[in-house]
Amino acid sequence: MLEVRDLRKEFQPLSGQPVVALGSVSFRVEAGQFVSIVGPSGCGKSTLLQCIAGLSRPTAGRVLLHGREVTGPPEGLILLFQEYNKSLMAWRSVLRNVRFGLENRAGMGRAEMDAEARRYIDLVGLKGFEAHYPWELSGGMQQRVAIARALVRHPEVLLMDEPFGSLDALTRIELEDALLRLWESLRATILFVTHDIEEAVYLSDRVYVLSHRPSQVIEEIEVKLERPRNQLTTREDPRFIGARHHIFELISKEMAKA
Amino acid sequence: MARLPAKGVAVLLGCLVLWEVLARKSTALALYFPPASAVLATLATIVGNGELLSHVAASLARFAEGYALAATLAVGAGLCLGLWRPLYALFEPLIELLRPMPSPATIPIAILFLGIGDEMKVAVTVYACSWPILLNTIDGVRSIDPVLMNTAATFRLRPWERFWKVVLPGASPQIVTGLRVSLAIALILVTTSEMIVSNDGLGFYILDRQRSFQIREMYAAIVALAVIGYGLNRLFLAVDGWAMAWHKGLTRKEEIL
Ligand SMILES: Nc1ncnc2c1ncn2[C@@H]1O[C@H](COP(=O)(O)OP(=O)(O)OP(=O)(O)O)[C@@H](O)[C@H]1O
Ligand SMILES: [Mg+2]
Repeated sequence: MLEVRDLRKEFQPLSGQPVVALGSVSFRVEAGQFVSIVGPSGCGKSTLLQCIAGLSRPTAGRVLLHGREVTGPPEGLILLFQEYNKSLMAWRSVLRNVRFGLENRAGMGRAEMDAEARRYIDLVGLKGFEAHYPWELSGGMQQRVAIARALVRHPEVLLMDEPFGSLDALTRIELEDALLRLWESLRATILFVTHDIEEAVYLSDRVYVLSHRPSQVIEEIEVKLERPRNQLTTREDPRFIGARHHIFELISKEMAKA
Repeated sequence: MARLPAKGVAVLLGCLVLWEVLARKSTALALYFPPASAVLATLATIVGNGELLSHVAASLARFAEGYALAATLAVGAGLCLGLWRPLYALFEPLIELLRPMPSPATIPIAILFLGIGDEMKVAVTVYACSWPILLNTIDGVRSIDPVLMNTAATFRLRPWERFWKVVLPGASPQIVTGLRVSLAIALILVTTSEMIVSNDGLGFYILDRQRSFQIREMYAAIVALAVIGYGLNRLFLAVDGWAMAWHKGLTRKEEIL
């Protein structure tokens, strides 16, 4: 359903040679899948998501959603930014931030939107904080607001850019499982960028490994672990450990090249 | 609203006492420098008998008209210039040239075109007030985080929704800063233009009393002007504190970090 074909992106810095962030990236994501992308830092993961979300024009190559080329932000696709704290509206309460996800939807009354927003605030574990402002919340809580705001809209495709990167281990575990539950109940397609190999394997049906800049997909790993996954037993499964080792070696080789 | 700090009030009262003592001691200056108590008594009198009120009303009417017009025009223009870089590039040299010019220099031109009536005074007030509002609004729009604009894009906001829901609130703290700076400027321009040519208003009254050697009345009106400026500022801060509570909270948090 989502297809990335020979995507290339060059940046012209203020001084010096152009930077080729994406060399030639190609992959597919099937409807309803949970797919992760891992790669060394600076290899162009955020750039890739921005191109897919129609926020940045690729230098060459195409992004196809349902066979149609993406030229601007497509309907039914939401990007969750790496800088989630900057993506929240400081002048809106948690409730109004989450409601923002519904506001330009036709045919929904204010009360209906608020009820939906409350439901999702509840689902991400922020009940009781509806009237708080984003800057009154911790980083993990802010991230939950951003997630609720995206999910309340029932996007068909959700692009997540290192959403749990700056969270402590316990919050991370909690949010990983909450995300999986929501993903299963919403039947959305998720493309998840992370630098955490274990997280990628734990969450995904499939993991794409990107090379160092100029990046391309160097390997596609199917993760055939049962769902629902479990933080203890899944992570102890030999197949989990095998996938982790394999990806770790691939990325180590890439880092060594840099 | 923040309350007046006790120490600050003490310094203020101290100055008043100093004024009183100095004025009483030097008989030579008595004519030009009446004691504080005499000035305040005169103020009470001219407020009580209504002499001052018509002038205050005239000045405040000009102030309100000029300030409101400037706010509307400059915020509107600033939003357009901030959002659209080619437009700004077009106007930048003009803005950079006019901005540092002292605004009272426009009074003679305004007199040529608009005569000596209210239109002239309002026009120079609008001109002078517009600069801080315009420049702050442009800056406010530009300093909105690109992540926020991209968020608006990924949620597929239409241009006018982007404007109402992201650009305007995002730039509002800076717009408010501009509005606050212009508050004092408006009062300055109203008073100055009234001093140059007018037959009512506080500026006129102050200069007129000075020329007719009613020095106590002159000082009393100056005190009234200071109090009005203070009151307007407090009113502004009260509205600001209510409307921009989120920004106060946000910046307070950043101070701690
Ligand atoms: N606006 C830009 N101008 C110039 N170069 C840019 C720009 N944006 C990104 N780059 C370059 O493109 C490369 C990829 O950046 P990107 O943010 O996509 O990396 P990333 O894989 O998301 O990294 P991280 O894991 O640290 O988030 C970087 O080397 C960066 O220097
Ligand atoms: Mg990134």
